[in-house]
Amino acid sequence: MRALRSPKVLAGSVLLLLLLLLAVVGPLIAPHSADWQADRTSGLPLAPSGRFWLGTDQQQHDLFSRLLSGGRDTLLISFLAGMFACLLSVVVGVTAGFVGGLVDDLLSALANIFLALPGLLILMVIMKPLPPSETSNPLLIGSVIALTAWAWGARVLRAQTLALRAADYVEAARVIGERTWRIILFEVVPNLLPILASAFIFTVIYGIGTYTALAWLGVISPASVTWGTVLNEAQSSGAAVNGYWWWYLPPALAVALVGIALALVNFGIDEVINPRLTSARTGRARGVVFRLGLTPVLKTAAPEPAAAPSNPVPLKEAQP
Amino acid sequence: MRTLLRRLGFYLLAGFAAVTLNFFLARLLPGSALQNALAKLRGANLDPDAIRALEAQYGTGGDHSLLSQYLTYLSSLLHGDLGLSTSQSAPVSSILGDTLPWTLGLVGTATALAFVIGTLAGIVVGWKRNGLLDGLLPAVTFFQSVPYFILAFLVMMTLGYFGGFFPYQNGYDIGRHAHLTPGWNGPFVTSVIEHGTLPALTVVLASLAGWVIGMRNMMITTMDEDYVLVAAAKGLPQWRVAAVAARNAILPTISNFALSISLVVTGSLVTEIVFTYPGVGWQIYQAILTGDYPLLQGILLVVVFTVLAVNLVADLAYVALDPRARKEA
Repeated sequence: MRALRSPKVLAGSVLLLLLLLLAVVGPLIAPHSADWQADRTSGLPLAPSGRFWLGTDQQQHDLFSRLLSGGRDTLLISFLAGMFACLLSVVVGVTAGFVGGLVDDLLSALANIFLALPGLLILMVIMKPLPPSETSNPLLIGSVIALTAWAWGARVLRAQTLALRAADYVEAARVIGERTWRIILFEVVPNLLPILASAFIFTVIYGIGTYTALAWLGVISPASVTWGTVLNEAQSSGAAVNGYWWWYLPPALAVALVGIALALVNFGIDEVINPRLTSARTGRARGVVFRLGLTPVLKTAAPEPAAAPSNPVPLKEAQP
Repeated sequence: MRTLLRRLGFYLLAGFAAVTLNFFLARLLPGSALQNALAKLRGANLDPDAIRALEAQYGTGGDHSLLSQYLTYLSSLLHGDLGLSTSQSAPVSSILGDTLPWTLGLVGTATALAFVIGTLAGIVVGWKRNGLLDGLLPAVTFFQSVPYFILAFLVMMTLGYFGGFFPYQNGYDIGRHAHLTPGWNGPFVTSVIEHGTLPALTVVLASLAGWVIGMRNMMITTMDEDYVLVAAAKGLPQWRVAAVAARNAILPTISNFALSISLVVTGSLVTEIVFTYPGVGWQIYQAILTGDYPLLQGILLVVVFTVLAVNLVADLAYVALDPRARKEA
């Protein structure tokens, strides 16, 4: 994997794997269960101490345990939302781009409408009246979030499909007499993968933000404790005003960390999709000098020894 | 002209879709939100005539068909009637009239700031491609990849609670010792600006990345164009060559902005809740807490129409700036 050579991508992937691992084993290694209460009589949140690493909330729940167990549903739902949304955007985007004509016009208008609609607000209106038995179903919540998230990916994929449809090798496949579904599956879709990956990452970031926001605002009440529910309890007891920073800062940072890890991975994908935009300070264009109107050259190109004039290595990476 | 008509048609369609969606969501979803809202209204101190009128409006009183309910709904919308808030016993439209200026002020100011700062930064970063400023890119992307309300929390904690640089609650000073009369007077305006700083900063930070990165990438692509080379070959000073490239690079960022405006608006609404800012976002939170479904729906409609209006303005700006957009169908 060429992308893994960039330190940013490496850091992002490691961070993401760690967070995913934590989501899987977190509830198992937590010192207490999420609903465990240290003391039923006191109503005062305790600051972090040796006994409770991240303190407790008003009901004397151990916040460290809640942080560890809160990641599972959050990550599960945001990744589900990402997958469903990508599936939808491939179906809509590739169909619109490949079929063209009236179908394209209709699907593009649909995607544009969904782009203009404020997703979070629509989700609130949809989910507010739902009974708790349904809002605790990760599959349902994930797919509903995906319904508001597919449009951006569909737009990007459509544009790329339009470009690919006119490519020579697709034309050649058509002339040979390949069936349409085969052209789409084997000639077009594989070339959409980098864009799809980047769309997936953006959707997961959107999904985690949306799901946590919905739980934080109290629109949905998940079956288990999530980062969003901890934030919801902190918000409704005025934790920010009263200075109980240990209550909501850790879950907020956890959500931020997931977003940052995903963004770092996306950097690597970006460099694969669009090498022209690579920064000179990072990634593969390291040491390349860009000057207006001139072909970029490697700044540190070794003076070529006369014995090996055919060594193409130093100049290979510069883009024309 | 044809392009404009097409776009206008699209916006009409989108607005109509939103209205229809809003109508059917309340009626077809499980949980019968509307029945709950009406039950709350019956509990409130309203005279029976008003309740009967509302039932007729929602179509739950008699045996109206879904179609006739829909037509009633459309006609009351056209009269600017968004129904009655169940928690505040006031028309939704008057609640929105009080809170919308706060939100528009916040989003407008923050977006304008993000546009100016982001575009200038993008021009510089794209022009000086190898410079130290390239290190700026990951930093702004971090702000973008963190959800709005989380970023708002972090800004509130660092600069508000621990730093104590700015107030981090309410739209203006409502403390016991403050004697402010809302209006165009010095102390009140100062207070509003102070209280708006952190929410606006959050929105600017979160939306900055789109402008910076979009502008940088377009600058890099545009700098390869022949006309930029000609400008440089003519011996124009560097900044004027950069300006030639920037003028052409700015167009796609405007259309990209139109695509992301709904995210910016929802993000600002959520930011308001964190900072207890008295705008539409705070009303959303109140509506959720009290189960005020008519208010929630009214807000959704108004936000959708605001987003569509901004999109239309962005489209008009694009057509005005780019002669090619006028020719293509």
